[in-house]
Amino acid sequence: MDRSKEIVLKVRDLRLYFNTRGGVVQAVDGVDFDLPKNEATVIIGESGCGKSSLAKAILRLLPRNAGRYDGEIWLHDLNTMSLDEETFRKTIRWKRISMVPQAAMNALNPVIKIGDQVAEPAMVHMDMSRDEATRSAVRMMQHVGVPIDFLHRYAFELSGGMRQRTALAMSLVTLPDVVILDEPTSALDVLTQASIMNMLKRMKHELETSFILITHDIATSSELADNVAVMYAGQIVEVGDARRFFPKPLHPYSHALMASVPRLRETVEPEFITGQPPSLLNPPTGCRFKDRCPQRFAKCDEDPPTVLYDVDRKVKCWLYV
Amino acid sequence: MSNKNGEMSTVTELNGQPLLQIKDLHVWYELKRFGFGHAGYVRAVDGVSFDLKQGEAIACVGESGCGKSSLMKTILGLNRPTKGDVIFDTTALSQTKGEDLRMYRAKIGYVQQDPFGALPPFMSVERILEEPMIINGITDKQERRRRIEKILEEVKLTPVAEVLPKFPHMLSGGQQQRVVIARAMIMEPRLLVADEPVSMLDASVRVEILRLLRKLQESHNLAVIYITHDLSTVRYFSEYIFVMYAGEIIEFARMEDLLNDPKHPYTLALLDASSDPNADNALVMREVPKGEPPSLVNPPTGCRFNPRCAQMIPGVCDVNEPPPFSVSNEHRVACWLFENHADHAD
Repeated sequence: MDRSKEIVLKVRDLRLYFNTRGGVVQAVDGVDFDLPKNEATVIIGESGCGKSSLAKAILRLLPRNAGRYDGEIWLHDLNTMSLDEETFRKTIRWKRISMVPQAAMNALNPVIKIGDQVAEPAMVHMDMSRDEATRSAVRMMQHVGVPIDFLHRYAFELSGGMRQRTALAMSLVTLPDVVILDEPTSALDVLTQASIMNMLKRMKHELETSFILITHDIATSSELADNVAVMYAGQIVEVGDARRFFPKPLHPYSHALMASVPRLRETVEPEFITGQPPSLLNPPTGCRFKDRCPQRFAKCDEDPPTVLYDVDRKVKCWLYV
Repeated sequence: MSNKNGEMSTVTELNGQPLLQIKDLHVWYELKRFGFGHAGYVRAVDGVSFDLKQGEAIACVGESGCGKSSLMKTILGLNRPTKGDVIFDTTALSQTKGEDLRMYRAKIGYVQQDPFGALPPFMSVERILEEPMIINGITDKQERRRRIEKILEEVKLTPVAEVLPKFPHMLSGGQQQRVVIARAMIMEPRLLVADEPVSMLDASVRVEILRLLRKLQESHNLAVIYITHDLSTVRYFSEYIFVMYAGEIIEFARMEDLLNDPKHPYTLALLDASSDPNADNALVMREVPKGEPPSLVNPPTGCRFNPRCAQMIPGVCDVNEPPPFSVSNEHRVACWLFENHADHAD
């Protein structure tokens, strides 16, 4: 990544394990990445690779069975992992890092008007009066493209796209530094998807916010991506600039993932990845992709280091050592 | 049913007749006020016609609420046509009821969208696959076992003995979808309706499942209706494609013709909104038609897309409903822009 860029969020060696009856699930296992200011980093990977757990780990939204949870999360020059729960809740969560969880549009409160729902985070986290909060809610709804007269409507009166926009407005109303979007468009129609992506692009220009976009939809992810991180079995196997990642992914897994995407404008036959991702209960030693990798060799039984490729790309694979 | 013993008529009997004919199909749902007063209709499917031959795949593309699910449910015999008819083989759905309707349903396979939701969690794979055969009167246990083994091998769920006692939660998403496909195929149908069969699956498995469906289609000479909202997957699957908007077919063509030379402004918008992975996408805004699909209770007069269409001709598009114009061989567009480009096709 460009050294001159201001880094908003720096994640170092983040781990989140879950204790289950079957054993310890290593959902996030030593994740490193940087999020530059006013850019979007997309995290792509198959289901069960730990994408959503990573989002929860950053926001410290841990389920009861969370086990080991350590590493460093630097927000500018503050290590949020050093904060106690109450300080984190009061000063970080939603105020400086907010999140739109998966299927947020179906989680809106059915008995509270849209305007009040968007204003609520501002009242709770920014200590605004109701009037002030409503004013900022109105501003944010204009930003995301929800008509102002929807202020007094209820969630069920809105279409899916409008509800998703409302959920986005809720996450943005506190003007956080970082917004985590977990599959923001996966339940929506193509046209709605495109217009929400248009809106996010515009938001990136209009506000000083950085985005982390978590998705399994690689084609849509390219609509917003400045940087791409590929996750596999709890680890980030490749991270780098989107403009160089999409034409030429480095890691064999990224390669296979890109080749599996059906294309509309090209006639190349998509290829699927044989086998299944490993269980995170007992991940294989060495490279976790080795059993499915077409380019496997002897070295792969040892854990590959993350190496720098060119100046701004990192890849966790023995092929590039 | 034409013949009493429940045998399906053979392909040769059809004389090149389409296997499935949809004739001016209307599916309307009545809206009730306070439970009894009449309050209009939701016109979910409003005058849809197409034919499907044995061994052909057709894709149905449209956004949610365009009526594609109502159309599918009617073809499956779960909805009654309000007007028009579905003729499958030689059976006219509107004339069929009771035991005949049950026989009709058994001849069409259905692949659901969400495999986990479609499989009963308390039944083993063996039980899931056996159930349709028990219901449809295959009493010979050996025969049932033989069919289960054959179909599991075809959908590549092997080793069979290991898969049979498993419950759905023990299988991955892709494997679950294979069980769903196996269940749809177990009665050896001639028509398969696949409702977004891959939209809940990961990208890496999607292609695998699509290829499997394609292979089954070829080896069994199946007719397939593939319902999807994702245009990028149709290329790998179907011969024909039609686009639905607000209960109507607005464009019908061979798959390559539609993808390479789309005509209807709505089809163009759909294609334009679908992205391929490319970093340049982040630099451009996509053109998206304003507004949202209309209510199906009171659809706009004239062309139903006219309030959102950038090329709307005032006085024409908002007054008269466009009939399908034929623009080239097997390519029909319901749009007034093509009135002069074509001879009037009915």
